[in-house]
Amino acid sequence: MSFWDQIFRPRSTSSQVAKERLQVVLVHDRVKLSPELLETLKNEIIAVISKHVSIDQEAMEIKLTHGRGYQKLTADIPILGSRDSAAPRRPR
Amino acid sequence: MTGQVITITSGKGGVGKTTTTANLGIALALQGKRVVCIDADIGLRNLDIVLGLENRIVYDIVDVVEGRARLRQAMIKDKRMPELSLIPAAQTRDKTAVSPEQMLAICADLKQEVDFVLVDSPAGIERGFQNAIVGADQVLIVTTPEVSAVRDADRIVGLLEAAEKSPARLIINRIRPSMVKRGDMLSVADVLEILAIQLIGIVPDDEQIIVATNRGQPAALDNRSQSGQAFRNIAARLLGQDVPLMALKDTDGWLQRLGRFVIPRRE
Ligand SMILES: Nc1ncnc2c1ncn2[C@@H]1O[C@H](COP(=O)(O)OP(=O)(O)OP(=O)(O)O)[C@@H](O)[C@H]1O
Ligand SMILES: [Mg+2]
Repeated sequence: MSFWDQIFRPRSTSSQVAKERLQVVLVHDRVKLSPELLETLKNEIIAVISKHVSIDQEAMEIKLTHGRGYQKLTADIPILGSRDSAAPRRPR
Repeated sequence: MTGQVITITSGKGGVGKTTTTANLGIALALQGKRVVCIDADIGLRNLDIVLGLENRIVYDIVDVVEGRARLRQAMIKDKRMPELSLIPAAQTRDKTAVSPEQMLAICADLKQEVDFVLVDSPAGIERGFQNAIVGADQVLIVTTPEVSAVRDADRIVGLLEAAEKSPARLIINRIRPSMVKRGDMLSVADVLEILAIQLIGIVPDDEQIIVATNRGQPAALDNRSQSGQAFRNIAARLLGQDVPLMALKDTDGWLQRLGRFVIPRRE
């Protein structure tokens, strides 16, 4: 970030910071899903899916999101070896 | 006709449960309703002193469950208003002195006699909290606009769902409009968006609460008190009256505002 960006970036107020921190912590509190458990989940999903298709493990993302009164788990799993790539990369 | 049991709880300590219970008790009695307040904070008795009834205690709730007194004998009548009475907590025992079944029986019994049974819950989520909600027909959650209080309130929402209580309503206490305005305190809208439960009222942070507690004369008794008005509004909503949320006055004087203008705050 450039010097000028630093200067002109609007500072978030402490209440905005509080709100964002609360939203993150509550998503985890509510579903009793810690960041470590999320990591375990991610690795297990990779293992299961990799048996059948090659996936881009580096780019794979799994996260908890929230809205008014609900939480959901979203997994974004890019698949490797589409028609364009001659030899699909093997997952590690 | 049977009354209803309303439990006032919070998770986090010190956010204003006892203050709320005392003021709602007074405000409902001012509307002519028969009210009994139960102090369920056994071992840390406080509702008596906030209500100004501490000198009149003979029996407490543990005396009732252990058979030393009948329920009626433990009910202290408020001399200011005949509709209001208090069942005090025991001071020298702990939360296990009353079982949930006993609490349920007491609530059921009182409901036959009064319009409202207000239960002042202790902080926490253990036995004392379980006792406080077991007989509840309605639950009010008190929070302040601070991260730890809101987080704990969310935990209570979850526990109440698990206990199959009907959806709780929220009271946001100790709001400081000047801080909200300058972005240094969570706003009512922020808290509601985070907790996603229904709001029943907001109460400003008010020096009058401390003065009122010093005297044992809850703010709801004082017509000029803003926080007193806030509690009277909540009582009216409990009675199904449609009262708009109060507009909280920015209580900072011109001097404080000038101070902020001249000396910008750092983060
Ligand atoms: N709106 C308010 N404005 C100013 N002070 C307040 C307000 N509400 C509560 N207080 C003060 O905050 C303190 C804690 O209030 P109170 O005892 O009602 O909380 P509590 O939730 O019952 O605490 P505990 O968890 O210990 O039972 C008291 O000193 C009280 O006077
Ligand atoms: Mg209390």
